[in-house]
This record gives sequence, structure tokens and C-alpha cells, in this order.
Amino acid sequence: MKEADRKSVRLEILRAADAESEQWLQHIDYPVSDDGENVASALKRINSGCFTDTDGRSVEPVGFECSCLQKKCGACAMVINGTPRLACDARLSEFVKSGTVRIEPLKKFPLVRDLIVDRGAVFERLSELRIWLEGQGRADSRIKDDVYDASRCLQCGCCLEVCPNFSTAVSFGGMSTAMAMSRIIPMVSGEQRKELYSTYRKAVFEGCGKSLACRSICPAGIDIERQLVRSNAAAVWKRRLRPAKKK
Amino acid sequence: MERAIIIGAGLAGLSSAIQLAEAGRPSLLISRQQSERAQSVLAEGGINAALDTMGEGDSASQHYEDTLRGGAYLADPNAVAGLVRHAPEIVRSLSELGVPFNLTADEDIMLRPFGGQKKRRTAYAQSSTGKMIMTALIDRARSFEGSGLIKRLPHHELLRLLISGSRCVGVRVRDVFSGRLADISGSVIMCCGGMNGVFPGMTTGTTANTGDAAAALFSQGVRFAGLEMLQYHPTTIGIPGKRCLITEAARGEGGRLWIKKKNGQRWYFMEEKYPELGNLMPRDVVSREMYFVRRQQDTEGEVLLDMTELGKEVWGSRLSDMREEIKSFTGLDPAETPIEVHEGIHYFMGGIHTDEKHRTSLSGLYAAGECACQYHGANRLGGNSMLGAIYGGRVAAAALMSDQPEVGEEQPIRFSLRNDEDPLSQESRGDFEQALCRVLLGGLGIVRSGELINAALEGLDELEKRGLSPREKNKLRLGRAMLLSALERRESRGAHFREDFPETDDSQHSTVTAQIIGGEITLGRFEIPVRRAEPEHERS
Repeated sequence: MKEADRKSVRLEILRAADAESEQWLQHIDYPVSDDGENVASALKRINSGCFTDTDGRSVEPVGFECSCLQKKCGACAMVINGTPRLACDARLSEFVKSGTVRIEPLKKFPLVRDLIVDRGAVFERLSELRIWLEGQGRADSRIKDDVYDASRCLQCGCCLEVCPNFSTAVSFGGMSTAMAMSRIIPMVSGEQRKELYSTYRKAVFEGCGKSLACRSICPAGIDIERQLVRSNAAAVWKRRLRPAKKK
Repeated sequence: MERAIIIGAGLAGLSSAIQLAEAGRPSLLISRQQSERAQSVLAEGGINAALDTMGEGDSASQHYEDTLRGGAYLADPNAVAGLVRHAPEIVRSLSELGVPFNLTADEDIMLRPFGGQKKRRTAYAQSSTGKMIMTALIDRARSFEGSGLIKRLPHHELLRLLISGSRCVGVRVRDVFSGRLADISGSVIMCCGGMNGVFPGMTTGTTANTGDAAAALFSQGVRFAGLEMLQYHPTTIGIPGKRCLITEAARGEGGRLWIKKKNGQRWYFMEEKYPELGNLMPRDVVSREMYFVRRQQDTEGEVLLDMTELGKEVWGSRLSDMREEIKSFTGLDPAETPIEVHEGIHYFMGGIHTDEKHRTSLSGLYAAGECACQYHGANRLGGNSMLGAIYGGRVAAAALMSDQPEVGEEQPIRFSLRNDEDPLSQESRGDFEQALCRVLLGGLGIVRSGELINAALEGLDELEKRGLSPREKNKLRLGRAMLLSALERRESRGAHFREDFPETDDSQHSTVTAQIIGGEITLGRFEIPVRRAEPEHERS
């Protein structure tokens, strides 16, 4: 990239040394060196280099979770310019025009430090609700594509962040719970089917306000609405949907 | 003995924990992040098993031969025999856990061709096989979390083993959220994945696999092996912060590699040089060929992976996720435009030295999955990594139970130490890691030589003069052992190619081991075991 073409964005990172400390915004003028660069790679670069903020202070490593860097693990979910999304999927080139990227931790979960939150409640909920397949199940060709789509859930928490009904304090598990259930609902049988349907009604159906705020937020692109309609049909309305159309 | 401790919650770790739980044995699953974030979710193309659902007359014995030949005969033949014999049952059991494998017209598991194998043997779920298998195994493990047999410690990392005499008696872990440390007693199964963090930004794996756990074990005297064997995958693309894999399934489904000649013609070099397997030669061969054809005087530019001839059905039901990923990162649609590809570090065949039962050099310590040197010899075949992780996890758990038949009373975990009470708490600095990576790549590229390796060793000497933290010193030591292992192997075999020793030398048909003895890295040679005669019903 020629020097004249070099772009920069101002990163506004909400920081906190720990959960008890007051949060504060750190401003960094960040030179975008590559058109493909994203928020996660920028944070990694900041953490391995010598950056100073707009007040001239050196930037201490920014705490954030990160693993695959290619939208497949959900570790780096955070709030970017007001929208929960994966940092590795938020290209800086998107923000060059507006010039500012505000980066904050997810707010529905307890803060650990900087951009790290404890999403443990999401996983504990799945365990408490006994969401697993008892005995055997098989994704035959009638249900395979729907099972595949539901299995893609990253448990990242983005859908929970925008949900008006979810909090870690209520019994409604949100769409992360719904997707884990949608995977196994078509495969369960016998006693487990009854139990699972009942759990679904309580933990998903009755708590969901149908705002559909989550509809277009999923970083994995899961067709959440279809999964919900399908699981509602089985667990609430006691009928089966036709298999998904092949894309 | 207390509950078994498993370090790492990817495929191998889950497999070990489930195997233990099914036998009624408790385990503690310790990982820096949740299983959903493990590298195993990135595995794309599939898992090998001689199911022969495509009617090609495949068998476990052919899987055995392909695996040994692909690994240039450095793998333990008895371990591989067990792996391939159990593969069909493993894949069937995954199907019964609800893994949505692609299916044949008569509802059986579909198989696709993969590199280094003459028969279709790779079961798959589009191009997200790892994610599908992980989701099913996470569910299975969760059922044992419900009964208390599996207990998780997420957001924790291993700092060091606790060793008493010549026995591993537990681990010291750090809660990366709180910074508190705890010593936990029990036998340990390492399932901590590949050593990506030794080559930050240059591998296809996750950044969360820092290599720190492996480096700590090496520094504590655990024997490693095969450290010179790094797999360069031929088809990767550069994305911010790492290499991104384009699955071998792209070629399995018909993708072709070519490079432009200066006269304007496309040269399908793999098909011309290797008429039988063509683009599906083992990865070491393809990567090396790419390296050399780019340097030929009569070619120009990069090697291209051409998938423009693939049919609609392939894109719709076999490679849909991969297509979206390439579009997202490159802005190009692989169905319409050939994609520039380059070799990238993808797998570490070497690691913690284990025997056939996944026991290590230290009693009470076991290792499985990519962190272990097992099954893949000098080069891993595509489709064998997930199989090796699942099977290896089971075998390690079985060995632990056999060695420790009694379960004692569980001790409560007490986080009684602070961050600053163990110098290993301090994480490596990014600039050190980048410098280490640059030096190591100089000696551990696709094409190596004594001169290059020695230059890299001198580079490490320079780097060592900086004030390094204990964790950085460990990592540098592990890197040095990699270089010394490459220097020791004065031949070319599998992924290890030396310009100064370009031929395979039968006298070096053994595994290079590395271990710290008396404070020094000491190399050794481990003879490849002889294949045992097996009972008729167990024959591969």
C-alpha cells in the first residue's frame, strides 16, 4: 500500500482492569495497513506492538478472547459500533469513512476485564436443562440439513445480546439454548421426547417475545427463524415440518 | 488416585473424558476456552474410515497401508493397525450421536476421495465436519457433566506439571480470569493440540493453541519426538493474523492446481507429474511441488486452485461453507475464479512421545491428539487427524484406567496461590513470539539445509541474549529442539526435505527424540516397532 493511500481509524476501546474497576474509554489512532484487516487482528497487533493512545500513554495489552480468527469459534464476540458481532468479521475498511470504531464488551454477561466477559452461564444453562441426546439418534436425509444448520451454533452470545427477553437471571435460555435443542429435537424418542418438548416450551417458547431481534444477527448465518418454527412445530404444535429446501 | 485431569477440551480431550465417564470414571476437563472454541471445530474435510459404502472394495488393511506409506513409514505400525481397525466403528458411533454426515442414496454414510488414498474413505458433513462432530461430542460430554462424572474448568491454563520422583502427580493451573493458581492432583492426559504459538500468524490453527503447555512439559523433561516434522498444507490463503485453510476436499471434489507458464499456458503440474493420484498426492508432495514450480524459470505468479469446473451439487451440498468463507475473505467466488494458494503450516506430526497406548516418558502422564507424536509418522494424511484424536483419546483413557484401577477420594480444588507466586504466570510478549517465529521459519521451511538450520540456531542464540521470561525461555527451548531434530535427520523423508540430503536413507528409519537431560537438550533415536502378529479377528 502506498503511503498516500494509507488509512486510519480511531479505535475507542472500553477498558477496565477488572470487574470492580470503573470502565474508561481509550482512544487509539490506528493505521489500517491492509484492506482485509479486522478488529480482532488490530487488537492482536496492538497487543504485540508499541502503540500509544491519543493522550500519549502507551497502550497496555487489551484483554479480549480470540481463537480461530475465521468466524468459526465465536470467541471474539463483542459490541462494535453498537452491534454485537465477531471481531474477526468486522473489517476496519467498513469504518474508514466514519472514522471511528467503538469497541465494547458484551453487556449481558459479567465483565472479567477489558473486552472479556464470562459467558459460562450459557453453557451451564445447557447442562441444567439436560440438553443432550439420550441413547442414539441419527440425522437421516429428511432432517440432516436442519440438524447441520442448528449444529453450526457458535454459542458466541451475539443473539443473546440483542434479545429483549434474555438475561442470565431469567429462565428463558434464548436462541443459544434453542439452537442446541433444535439440533436434537428431530432425533429424540420415547420418554426423552416428552421431557425435551416440555423443557423447550418452558425454556424457549414461553420466554421468547417473538421480537425476532436475533433474526439477522447470527455470525454463523443460521436460519434462526426456520429453526424456531421447526422446533415450535414439533414441541408445541405437535407436527413436523418438511425438510429444508436445498440451497 | 483422584479424578483424571485432562488438559484441553477439543476432540481428543472430549474423547478421553467420555471414555472415562462411560466406564464410570470421573475426570476434570481443563481448557483455556470452551470446547466450542477449540481448534477441532475448524477441521473441514472429513474423517477416514474404511466403511466401503461406495462399493470400491476398501478395507482396513488398505487404510493401514496408505497411512503408513503417507507417513513415510515412521509411524508405529501397531498403533496404526488399532487406529484403522476401530475407524469404522468410531464413524458409525458418531453418526449415532447425530452427526449429520452426507449420505448416499440408500441412507448410508457417503465417502469422498482425499489425498494419498486410492479409495474413497473420508466421511464428511459438507465442509464443516469438525464442527459437526464437536457439537455432537460436546452434547455427549454434557450428559456426563449432568451426572458429575465430567467436571469442567474452563478459562484455565496449565502452567506446569507436578512431578514427584519420576511420576506425574498433578498439575498447576492458572485461572486466566482471576489470575489465581491451584495445584490439582491426579493422573494427567495432555490433549492440548498443536504448537501453533511457536509460529504465530503462520499456521492454519487457532491462536489459542499457544504451545505454552507443550513448552512447559518439554522444559520439565518430558520426552518429545518427531519435532522436525511440520506439515505444510498446500492450499491455504493469507488472512489477517493467520493462514486460512482451503480443505483438501476442494481437490477431492475435483479442484485442480495449475500455474501459469510464461508462454501463457496453464500447467497442471500435479496431474502431469503424478498421473495416478494427481492433485490428491499426499500433502508433503504437493506442497514441495508448489514450492519448486514457483521457482522455475518458465513459470510466473502463484499457484492457483481452480474449482471453476465443480458442479452445482458439489457447491450446494458438499462445499457450501468453504465457498462462503473464501468469498468472505478474498472477495472472490471460487466457483467463478481460480484462487491463489500458498503452503501454510497446518499440522505438527511430532510432539509428546507416546507408546502405542499413549503413555509418555513420565508415568502418570498420557498424551493424545495433535500434541502427541502418534499415528502420522513423517506426514499426516488428510482425514486421519480427527480419527487419531478420537481414537487416541480413547486409548489414553483406557491406559490410564488400566494403570490406575482404583479411584480415590476427590480433593477439593483450592486456588490458594496468586499470579505472582509462579513466574510462569507471565505470558509471552508478542514481539518475542514474532522474532522467534521468524528465526525458526528460516530453518524449518519446506526446503531445508544444514546451513539454513545452523543459521537459525545462531539466530536463537542472539534471541536468547534478550532478557526472556520463563515462559519465553521454555518456548525458545522447544524451538531449538525442533531445529536440532531437523539437523539430526540427515535425509529427506515425508515433510522433512533437505536440499543437502535429498534422498531417503534407510539407515535413518527411526524417530528422532528430544529430551532435556541434565539441563541440556539431548537427542536420541527411537526404533520403529515391528508389527505384531495379531489374532485373525483383529487383523487389519
